[in-house]
Amino acid sequence: MTTSYQLKRADFIFKYENDWEKILSKCISRTPQELINELISSELKGRGGAGFPTGLKWKLAAEVVDATKYVICNADEGEPGTFKDREILSMVPYKVLTGMAVCGYVIGAKEGYIYLRGEYFFLQPELNKAIREFEYYCKGINLDFTIRIFMGSGAYICGEETALFESMEGKRGEPRNKPPFPSSYGYMGKPTVINNVETLAHTYTIFKYGAKRFYDLGVQYSRGSKLFSVSGDTPKPGIYELELGMSLADFVDEFGDGDTKAVQVGGASGFLVPRKRFDETAIGFQGKLTGISLPTGGSMMLFNSSRSMFNVLDNYLEFFREESCGQCTPCRVGCQQLLMGIKAVKRGEKNAKYLDKLLRLTETMKLTAKCGLGQSVANSFSSIVENFREEMIY
Amino acid sequence: MNPVTDLIKSLADQHGRSRHNLLPILQGVVEQEKYLSEYSMIEIARELDLPASEVYGTATFYSFLEYKKMGRYIIRICKTITCSMKGKNQVLLAIQDMLKIGVGETTPDGTFSLLQTNCLGFCHKAPAMLVNNEVFTDLTPEKVREILRMYMNKKKEGGSYDN
Amino acid sequence: MINITINNKVIQVEEGTTIFEAAKQHGVLIPHFCYMENVHQIGSCRICVVEVEGGKTLMASCVTEVKEGMIVHTNSERVRDVRKVIYELMLSDHPKECLSCWRNQNCELQDLGNLIQISEFRYEGAKSKDIIDTSSPSIVRDSSKCILCRRCVTVCNDIQGVGLMNPHHRGFSTFIGPSEDELLGESVCTNCVQCVLVCPVGALKEKDSTAIVWEALYDKTKTIVVQTAPAVRAALGEVFGYEPGMLVTGKMASALHELGFNYVFDTNFAADLTIMEEGSEFLGRVKNAITAPGKNDVLPMITSCSPGWIKFIEHRYPDQLSNLSSCKSPHMMLGALTKTYFAEKMNIDPANIYVVSVMPCTAKKFEITRPEMFNNGLADVDAVITTRELGRMIKDAGIDFRNLPDGEFDSPLGLSSGAADIFGTTGGVMEAALRTVYELVTGRELPANNLHITPLEGLDRIKTAELKIENPLPEFSFLAEVTVKVAVTSGLLGAAELLNEIKKGTSPYHFIEIMGCPGGCISGGGQPRPVNDAIRTKRLEAIYREDEGKLLRKSHENQDIMMLYHDFLGVPLGHKSHELLHTVYTRRSKN
Repeated sequence: MTTSYQLKRADFIFKYENDWEKILSKCISRTPQELINELISSELKGRGGAGFPTGLKWKLAAEVVDATKYVICNADEGEPGTFKDREILSMVPYKVLTGMAVCGYVIGAKEGYIYLRGEYFFLQPELNKAIREFEYYCKGINLDFTIRIFMGSGAYICGEETALFESMEGKRGEPRNKPPFPSSYGYMGKPTVINNVETLAHTYTIFKYGAKRFYDLGVQYSRGSKLFSVSGDTPKPGIYELELGMSLADFVDEFGDGDTKAVQVGGASGFLVPRKRFDETAIGFQGKLTGISLPTGGSMMLFNSSRSMFNVLDNYLEFFREESCGQCTPCRVGCQQLLMGIKAVKRGEKNAKYLDKLLRLTETMKLTAKCGLGQSVANSFSSIVENFREEMIY
Repeated sequence: MNPVTDLIKSLADQHGRSRHNLLPILQGVVEQEKYLSEYSMIEIARELDLPASEVYGTATFYSFLEYKKMGRYIIRICKTITCSMKGKNQVLLAIQDMLKIGVGETTPDGTFSLLQTNCLGFCHKAPAMLVNNEVFTDLTPEKVREILRMYMNKKKEGGSYDN
Repeated sequence: MINITINNKVIQVEEGTTIFEAAKQHGVLIPHFCYMENVHQIGSCRICVVEVEGGKTLMASCVTEVKEGMIVHTNSERVRDVRKVIYELMLSDHPKECLSCWRNQNCELQDLGNLIQISEFRYEGAKSKDIIDTSSPSIVRDSSKCILCRRCVTVCNDIQGVGLMNPHHRGFSTFIGPSEDELLGESVCTNCVQCVLVCPVGALKEKDSTAIVWEALYDKTKTIVVQTAPAVRAALGEVFGYEPGMLVTGKMASALHELGFNYVFDTNFAADLTIMEEGSEFLGRVKNAITAPGKNDVLPMITSCSPGWIKFIEHRYPDQLSNLSSCKSPHMMLGALTKTYFAEKMNIDPANIYVVSVMPCTAKKFEITRPEMFNNGLADVDAVITTRELGRMIKDAGIDFRNLPDGEFDSPLGLSSGAADIFGTTGGVMEAALRTVYELVTGRELPANNLHITPLEGLDRIKTAELKIENPLPEFSFLAEVTVKVAVTSGLLGAAELLNEIKKGTSPYHFIEIMGCPGGCISGGGQPRPVNDAIRTKRLEAIYREDEGKLLRKSHENQDIMMLYHDFLGVPLGHKSHELLHTVYTRRSKN
């Protein structure tokens, strides 16, 4: 195994490359199958947080026979603590646009959309300019592919892919039942590939430098590099590209303020890791260091000893309560009653045992909520309540 | 005829009249009017041949599609975890103190509305806020007062500064 | 076929079957809540989750299709556990005043709690909503009881095409209804109240009129007249434990007498009268269209007995109002006649007559408030109660319904033909009209299978038929060789389809029957719960049985109707008819 759990910086995503025309032309001179194979052998996994293999996603959509297909770039970056996609779209939009167009070529789609969160409205003028230039070039090389921006309007749940389709179709952004999956039934009921902004930017690296260059970064099951949005109690907040597979202890060495009490990995929907488990925690998709391994959309929020974990959880739950779509019972009612529950325990209106009932409730949400939002509330709730129980109690 | 009616017609001409054009039309009205009045929603329903209740149900799903009358500048201050850790409350107090309004309220002269919002994606430069579509980060009470003064002056100058 | 294992039993089911259905077909009943057969399966309540081996999470069985080799557990420890938690979550946002709730003991939430053995409430917290809207004459909406199953949303949008009931806001603040400040009573609601039929809890209910009817019954200065619609007798039995499809006409008449009504009339009598008026109106319109085109020739003519449908067209297709027959609905006709013809005959001051209609329909509660339904300042009908409300009154009065002898309707507004009976089901009005119209025109009986026009029967959304007129009587020679085209629909989505054709000028029909509720009055909003296609079919068959069991099966052969024209009305569409039996419509706003 070529694993080393050190923190290693990488510099691909924001590296200035002025050869996107060449890369795009080169890609469309290859067969879709070759491109899919390249992606599959790179072992690139979705960078939005869920980690679905990107090559497989493209392959599935390519295999469905339909005259109309779509490529959608998911730029509804709403996870607390995440801000990398905005930087990618403002710094290196061509990499994303190229990734979309290559995907369109591979699966047979002529239309692409960027679903941009409403909070990033100000990105529009520059991005549109880039799109116009990009489309002009596509026309020149006879690549029939257009890209439009679709603006979101302030709804975290629309980052969930099927909710995003609903939103684009002019409806409430409520997740659909899965299956069917987007590769066969996506936007407007058509086969759709939907990729995170960063994922598309990585495909540029892979198509330019070859799968091996990407594969050689990171560790088994977690190949390549990834952008991390670092915030909270850190002397150097910002965006960093790091190889996957580092240990959280190394991460905290680099980014902590010397008094790090816990790190929230993966945003409000991720896990809170207490100091005692930094050593055994690896940041990646699968596989073990000595303990747990956490997938992440790249949000890393550090908390030092001055922070109350009750306040942190309270903040998350309020976020989820407001952002739940309101469709399924476990999430709609669960988020609210969890919030009321911890407040009641903190005020001493309910005894500490109520926390155990609430843990059982989050377990139910994890198993039964309709989509990832409701399912993931349990992550932060249980990791906070189990590790900082004393802070929750009156 | 109400000018909103013309606006809605032209937005529908521009985007189309299918269901999947609903969001851009709602956004277009909000950009201009700052909110969706009942009248606007009924007009949009008529223009797209949709039940008004569906337009309302869709609009109220999205935090940025306000359905109550808003001021000319909508301040949305981020209340999610990092901003909240980094002094959001002091900034909010400074705004409330300066504008003499609470969260969810609009100044009597209709210049500012104050709202809280969920993560704006500027956690590394917390606390952050939006004023209409413009972002301000690394806020402090002093800085936010300065920003508000700037908007007040813009208003006084009668400029058409609506970003 | 697909092989799956459910609870260690290997079974075969067809591809495309959901886990829920597959289990049901093989004797495994999965507790469920928001799912409703033939209405919707959206997987929102999550009660019906099951464990599928290999899955990270549990799956909602009502929306998950089977896959080859699937291994499913419907009652594992995890499944039973989470089901209880979800149920308790539902309860945490639901009032617990069950004893004073109108759905007590008839509530799907209670049934479910009983089924899955709930014995504690572990969770509490906030309550999400408390809007109570009593503005509608037909519906009371109490959102505090709503558990967001969204059945009413599906019915109002996808089945009725009205689009009023929708989810609003987001997260815990989500509520179902018209928009925030809009009142049902001032909305485009058609009062069809199909939403009340599917509501599992007490969030939507019909506006109760039993109190005012009791009050009238106690008022000894009044002559209290009651009439019952054709569909009531085919469903009332269900309230008393009879199988769906049991006709209880006789027991119903007895019960009404026992309740203290002075006269028990039959709306069916007025249904026969409707055929005489509407049939004549139709022939007049067709004659104009053929002999003097361009003048008063609005075709197709559309039936007007369903007040939910009337309100729908007034809102949605105000330009097509002239296509509506001007006939009042049968119970309004009977009410008008009770306070004129009957009052005169019995020498009673009409101001002292109180008319109650027992209807399968809640839109009738709205209909009686329309200003057109008053004559000399007196309402044609004073109160409407639904089949369900009548059931409640009979129980409340301590009447042992099942052991009642068969009674009869009273004269002179009690006799009716089989044609009137079938008004209660989709296609019935059209068939009844054609029985009479064809015979008036040709002098011969309708050439059909036992007087039934088979293509117009059944629960299909849109049904059509053609009837060629050969050798008409001399006065109808203009109809010779004309092929009369008719269409029938029930449910407002079908109505919209047919109206769009009319609007575009492509409608090929002469005559259209439209009923607001899917299946017609047999499954009206005031009928006993539950209503599904199996129950609709049983009620429909009962209605046809009632028709076939009668010797008198054509409206124009009803002797009492003939007498009414002879003694009182004169001729169909005559002056008196226009005054008492016909109406006008109102243009209403679309939203």
